[in-house]
Amino acid sequence: MESKLKTKRTGQVIFSPYSSGEGIKKALSLGRENILFELKSSGLKGRGGAGFPTSTKWMLSAAAVADKKFIVCNADEGEPGTFKDRVLLQEYPELIFDGIVIAGFTIGAQTGIVYLRGEYEYLLEGLEDHLIKMRETNFLGKKILGKEGFDFDISIRLGSGAYVCGEETALIESLEGHRGEPRNRPPYPVDTGYMGYPTVVNNVETLSAVPHIIVKGADWYKKFGTEKSSGTKLFSVSGDCEKPGVYELPWGISIKELLELVEAKNTKAVQVGGASGTCIPKSQFNRKFGYEDLPTGGSIIIFNESRSMLKVLKNFMEFFVEESCGQCTPCRIGNTKLLEGVEKIETGEFTYAYINVLKDLGRTMQVASKCGLGQSSPNSFISILENFKDEIFHTKGQGGKNE
Amino acid sequence: MLVFEKNALSQEIESLVVKYGTSRSALLQILQEIQRKHKYISDFAQQEVARLMNIHPVEVNSVISFYSFLHSKPQGRNIVKLCKTISCDMAGKETVENAVKRELGISFNETTKDNRISLEYTSCLGQCDSGPAMIINEKVYTRLDPETAVKLLNELK
Ligand SMILES: Cc1cc2nc3c(=O)[nH]c(=O)nc-3n(C[C@H](O)[C@H](O)[C@H](O)COP(=O)(O)O)c2cc1C
Ligand code: SF4
Ligand code: FES
Repeated sequence: MESKLKTKRTGQVIFSPYSSGEGIKKALSLGRENILFELKSSGLKGRGGAGFPTSTKWMLSAAAVADKKFIVCNADEGEPGTFKDRVLLQEYPELIFDGIVIAGFTIGAQTGIVYLRGEYEYLLEGLEDHLIKMRETNFLGKKILGKEGFDFDISIRLGSGAYVCGEETALIESLEGHRGEPRNRPPYPVDTGYMGYPTVVNNVETLSAVPHIIVKGADWYKKFGTEKSSGTKLFSVSGDCEKPGVYELPWGISIKELLELVEAKNTKAVQVGGASGTCIPKSQFNRKFGYEDLPTGGSIIIFNESRSMLKVLKNFMEFFVEESCGQCTPCRIGNTKLLEGVEKIETGEFTYAYINVLKDLGRTMQVASKCGLGQSSPNSFISILENFKDEIFHTKGQGGKNE
Repeated sequence: MLVFEKNALSQEIESLVVKYGTSRSALLQILQEIQRKHKYISDFAQQEVARLMNIHPVEVNSVISFYSFLHSKPQGRNIVKLCKTISCDMAGKETVENAVKRELGISFNETTKDNRISLEYTSCLGQCDSGPAMIINEKVYTRLDPETAVKLLNELK
């Protein structure tokens, strides 16, 4: 397990210096309107993958009229190849919790809930310890820092090993004690969330950016990144490279630059966005991360020339078959069919007509599935079969040693 | 199950219900605690939870069946979950997998005869930068090689 050496990490925003509680103090002195204004001007978008503007989400739930409201921190981090939230939970709990308190103050919530994936249960103690410290110093509890009417506390709830619970409505179902099956949307959690109350669901990284933005301002934040993608992003880098790990980088960096930074050699392909993302071949390594071209939750998996892309695809499809909640047909049946297709390609028992039928099925799943899992699970199937067809089809599916 | 065991389990569940409350939102937390202690949630435990929380037993069972960390069938005293997702796979998961199987004489999704260890696969554990990774009970172990993995398992009681 990694050590708690904070000094080792440096970064422009998230990993820049911050002292615990700073953001809360500033937020209380700014007031709700100004917080929302800063957040809006910062251009911060959700880091959980969907990229929804954070200020809009907060404004909608701030405007909702209800006697209770909730902030939910999505710490279910389950996308294959993603582990940046783990680093934040382990090394920067003050950013996450301060972000939750600021969110709570802004929308008028009384309760924050962290939904921590069961796999991260070993982080629970450290997180609870930090909450105790916050209660002792009145950064949580009644009349926070003397602010009349601002009572707020945070609790942590564990998941139990279900990737789909990272989807915000499934997460809410799970918190309510049900099977973690995604709901139809609308209604959205901002007005009908946990227990039917207005709820902001934000990713760990999104909430961690908030205290920095509040303390240092939107103009400072916008200095990093590009015009349409302001700020920085945490990248979780794994696979074939010398230096895997979590990197904070400004939006706008190219795949090629990232590969150099992590000392990847003989790279054949990069999976951007985990199993639900797309597989980018060498010819497109000039593409840049950001909402303009390659938006991502930050999972970067690197494959060198020795890897079989068909095996990679099989691993992804097995993941989706396993993790589909089974609630809707396109996803439940579709992923099984796509996996069968991969297995047939592996053994060489396929026709091109059949592959095309499967690609069409994938495109149907993208539009007909109920939630993001089924909508994005065909992405790898389609992108790997299209971008690596020479390797996959012209070497009887053996792949890998095709150069 | 013996009568006194049943009574003990009932009492335990009653105190969990006191701790977490009878609202539906407490269900998962209660089931997680039973799972942690007993490594599975027996039919009897499910009935007790249902009775005390005023939920239909079928509902309780359907929640358990949804979550991969909750079991309704008896497991070994230690549950070992090996990550089978791509980054760990590339980092040498297979050598760990084979060594563990050989050493224990069982396959994955099986339990040793002495009830000491159950082996399972799991999806990405969020340790992809330091695979192969596995969870033993609640603890995470990373950068495994066959030798360390086997050593860890041999230390389990
Ligand atoms: C299958 C699936 C899994 C998801 N898993 C996560 C997750 O682990 N963490 C997360 O923050 N968002 C996850 N999301 C996205 C959430 O639904 C939601 O958009 C996000 O938590 C909103 O926070 P943000 O706006 O700060 O990004 C997932 C979505 C889907 C469809
Ligand atoms: S798309 Fe898949 S995961 Fe999402 S609701 Fe349908 S079956 Fe469940
Ligand atoms: S792939 Fe094994 S921990 Fe992520």
